[in-house]
Amino acid sequence: MNPGIPLEFYLVVATIMFFIGVYGFLTRRNLITILMSTELILNSVNINFLAFNRFLFPGKLDGHFFGLFVIAVAASEAAVAIAIIINIYRRFTSINVENVNELKY
Amino acid sequence: MEGREIMFAVFALVIIVFSVLTVTSRRILRAAVSLLFVLIATAGLYFLLNYQFLAAVQLTLYAGGIVVLIIFSILLTSQISQKFEPIEWKKAFFSALAAVAGAIVVITTILQHTFAADTAAAMEVNMRVIGKSLMGTGADGYVLPFEVISILLVAAMIAAIVIAKKGSPVKEEEEKNK
Repeated sequence: MNPGIPLEFYLVVATIMFFIGVYGFLTRRNLITILMSTELILNSVNINFLAFNRFLFPGKLDGHFFGLFVIAVAASEAAVAIAIIINIYRRFTSINVENVNELKY
Repeated sequence: MEGREIMFAVFALVIIVFSVLTVTSRRILRAAVSLLFVLIATAGLYFLLNYQFLAAVQLTLYAGGIVVLIIFSILLTSQISQKFEPIEWKKAFFSALAAVAGAIVVITTILQHTFAADTAAAMEVNMRVIGKSLMGTGADGYVLPFEVISILLVAAMIAAIVIAKKGSPVKEEEEKNK
């Protein structure tokens, strides 16, 4: 079973999404928006895993499970990052990266 | 076959437009809602690829869990009526240059490469297959990464609680100085 859309279309969409995420990561100054750019990047990689699995190795499930584990890693990463962001907000009353320029020692 | 192509075009358009809005919107809550639309359209792409289980996971975990978490932290840490400062044109220009150059390199590579498809018969991805593979120890078993990811989730949960539960350091210092 092969869906009617060629593999390249999925890959191009994922690539565009990845580099939009990179652009956001470079330009944003707010920690939460940087986190959202990271989610875009992770998500585009996931599309690649699934498209390669479906089109190139339809008899296996490696890409499917790798995508599942990427989602789990992204969820735990978001939870820890948001805990850190809330702690930074308590300390500096701002989550702008330019204001956060000192560590504990 | 016609319907699939139309749905793919719609999902691709939604993904690209709302990705751009996510990274350029000057209101943070709008950026978060755009991210929600991107994630839902990605789940649509998974449905088109016939991975129903992963699409459901994407909808519940990403669109349901992570976006709600992000929106809550936005409400806790930002003034939502406030707009971001516009980015200096120099930084925006060079970041866009890096992103566009990278995208051009990768897309030309993808379009020039011919992918050799495996001729094996397509595997039906139903819950029985997924469950047996996740718990299997054989050649197609994923029990080791499954256990590793469960340890990672516990560690992340504990870490999130430990980091976020501390009292405000500023207030503690003020109390010490009194």
